[in-house]
Amino acid sequence: MTEKRIHVDYMARVEGEASLNVRVVDGEIKELVLDVFEPPRFFQGFLVGRSYEEVPEIVSRICGICPVSHQLAAIQAIEDAFGIEPSEQTKDLRRLLALSQWIQSHTLHVYFLAAPDFLGYESVLAMAEDYGPVVERALKLKRLGNDLTALIGGREVHPVTAVIKGFTSLPDEGELLAIRERLEEARKDAQATVTLAASLEVPDFERPCEHIAVRSSEEYAIYDGRVVSTEGLDIAAWDYRNHIRERHVPPAHALHSYVVGRGSFLVGPLARVNLNREQLSDNAKAALEKVRKAKGVEFPSFNPFHGAIARAVELVHAVDECIKIIDRLELVEEPISYQIKAGEGFAVTEAPRGLLYHSYRINDQGIIEEADIVSPTAHNVYNMEEDLRAFIPTVLDLPDDEATLKCETVIRNYDPCFSCSAHFLKMRIERE
Amino acid sequence: MTQPKIAIFKLSSCAGCQLEVLNLEPYLLQLAGVLDISYFVMAKRDNAPGPYDIGFVEGAVTCGEEIAKLKRARKDCKVLVALGSCACYGGIPSMKNWEPQREVEKRVYEDLSAIESTKAFGIDQYVPVDAYLKGCPVSKEELVNFIKSTLLGMRPYLRPHSVCVECKLGENVCVFLSHREPCMGPVTTAGCGALCPARGKACDGCRGPANDPNPVSLAEAFKELGLHRPDIIRRFRKYAGATLEFEKGVEAL
Repeated sequence: MTEKRIHVDYMARVEGEASLNVRVVDGEIKELVLDVFEPPRFFQGFLVGRSYEEVPEIVSRICGICPVSHQLAAIQAIEDAFGIEPSEQTKDLRRLLALSQWIQSHTLHVYFLAAPDFLGYESVLAMAEDYGPVVERALKLKRLGNDLTALIGGREVHPVTAVIKGFTSLPDEGELLAIRERLEEARKDAQATVTLAASLEVPDFERPCEHIAVRSSEEYAIYDGRVVSTEGLDIAAWDYRNHIRERHVPPAHALHSYVVGRGSFLVGPLARVNLNREQLSDNAKAALEKVRKAKGVEFPSFNPFHGAIARAVELVHAVDECIKIIDRLELVEEPISYQIKAGEGFAVTEAPRGLLYHSYRINDQGIIEEADIVSPTAHNVYNMEEDLRAFIPTVLDLPDDEATLKCETVIRNYDPCFSCSAHFLKMRIERE
Repeated sequence: MTQPKIAIFKLSSCAGCQLEVLNLEPYLLQLAGVLDISYFVMAKRDNAPGPYDIGFVEGAVTCGEEIAKLKRARKDCKVLVALGSCACYGGIPSMKNWEPQREVEKRVYEDLSAIESTKAFGIDQYVPVDAYLKGCPVSKEELVNFIKSTLLGMRPYLRPHSVCVECKLGENVCVFLSHREPCMGPVTTAGCGALCPARGKACDGCRGPANDPNPVSLAEAFKELGLHRPDIIRRFRKYAGATLEFEKGVEAL
C-alpha cells in the first residue's frame, strides 16, 4: 500500500486562514478537507438589534479587500426593503466605486497572489528584482484603483460616503478628470496584464461545472441584476434562498453551498466572462480575441486556471467602463430623504471574487431583526474541493513539495477570501 | 545596518489593516529594501520563524487558539504593535460582547456544540503592548511614520488629541453644531484627518477614545439632540465599547 499526504497548514497568499489536508491511498483519495480555520466573527448575529443606518459601515468590515461590495449589497438590500429607487447619478457613482475596487482587487490577485506561483517566486516582493517593470506596473494599477475608491468613497479600505439613497459628499470634478487621464494611461497597463496572465503556463485541466453570475440588461453586471447560470438558472435576488442553500458534508468543516437539485458551482471572473462576455467593452472583447488567437483559449472555458485571464480581461473592461461613466456624469447635489418602513430586502452584486448575497429583515423603527449574508468565497469552497478532487490524480507522480504547490495553486487561483467566508464555519476545527 | 525583521500576524479581522501595508504602493519596494519582511502570510509563501524586531498584530482575540498565538508572538517580538482598532480595543467584532454569547451564536449556527468563541478583546487584554496604531483601518500615514521613527530610534508621534482638533484645522463645518448630527469626534482619537466630518458625515468613533475624553458630557449632548438611550449606547459600543472611556458614555445614561 502506498500512501501519500498533501498538507498545507496555513495557506499563504490568500486572504484569511485556511488549511488543506489530503490523504491518498493507492492512488485513491481517501480524505480531502479544505478547512477554513478563520475564527467566526458572528456578523449576522450582532447585526441584529443595530440600526439600518449602521449596516453598510459594519458589513464593510467583513472584508478589507472588498468592503465596497459588502456596502453596496447592504445598501441595495435596505433600499429594497424601504422601496427606495436611487437616482442614476447615485447608481453611476456606486458603479465607479465597485469598478475601482475590481481594479484594486484584480491587480492584487493577478500580480501579488497568483503570478508568483507560475513565475517561480515566493512573493511579489521577491519578483521585484527580476521583474522590476512588471511589479511597477502592478503597483501603479493598484494605486489607481485605490485612488479612485478614495476619491468617491473618502478612503480606499472601508470607504465612508456611500449611504442609503445617495452619498454624503460628491467627488471633486477636477480630481475626477485628473483620474480620468490616469485611466486613459492605464488602458495599456491593463492590456499588458492580459498578456501576462495569458503567458502563464497553466495546467491543461478542464472540469465542467455550473457557473453562476449576476446578469444585467444594461451592462456587464457589477452593481445589480438577476442571478443566472450556465445550467439555466435565472432568478431575482429575492428568490435566491429558494435555489441556493448550504449543507454540512462530513468530514469537511466548512459548509457547502449548492444549487437545489444540482450541486457545487463556481462564481467569480471566469463565471462572469463565460456568461456575460458579450457585454464586455470593445477593448476587453479585443483582448479576449487576442488571447484566443495567441493561446487558443476560448470562452466559455471550464478550465478554472483561465480565471486569471478572465480577471485580467475584466481589468481592461473596468478601466474602459470607469472612463465611460466619468464622461457621462454631470454631478449635482441631490437631497437625501426617505421613509423607514418595516420589511424585507434582498440584493445580489458582483464582488471582485463573484456573487455576493445580502438580505435583511427590518422593523418599523429601522432596527435589524435578521441578516443573511453569503460571500463569494462561501459560494466557492465546495467547488474548490471538487476541483481538487479532480485535479489531485494528475499530480500524484510529482514529488510531495511540487504536488503541494500545485494544489495550493488550485485554491489561490480562486482568489479566496476566507475572512469573508468564516461565518460559514460550522464546527470547531481540530488542527494537528 | 542590518535590516530589522518585521512580522505581521492576523487574528480575528477583515485583513484590511494588513492590506493597508500592501496599499503603501509608492513606498512598498523602498520599505522592502530597508526592512526584512520575514513573516507576512497574506503576501508571502516563505515565512521565517522568529525572533522578530517588530511584530504587528491585526485583529481581535476571540478564541483560545488566538491567545496562544498572540503569546507566542509576544515572546518572538522585541516590539509588539496593535495594528488597527480590532487589535487595540476588540473593534467591530466586540459588538457582540454585550449580548449573551450563545444568543449571538445561535443566530448564525444551528449546532453550537462545536463553536468555541470568547468575547472579543484587544490584544492588551492578554499581553503587554508597546504601541497602538488606531483606526479601522489603520492610517497609512501613521503607519509609515511609525516605521520611520522606529528605524531612526525616535519616539513615534501618535496623536493624543480628538478628531475635533483635525476638523477645526481642516476648517470643516461642524456636523454636530450645524447639522445636529450625533458626532463621536469630540471623544475619538485624531489621525484620520477628520475623514468623515470633512465629507458631511458624523464621526463614527472608529479610532477609539482620545486621551482624557469627556464621554459623559457627549452622551448628555446626544440626549439633548433627541437620541434615545439605545441609539446612544450603539454609538459607544461599536469599535471600542470595551474601553473604560467609552463605557463611561454608556454608564452616563
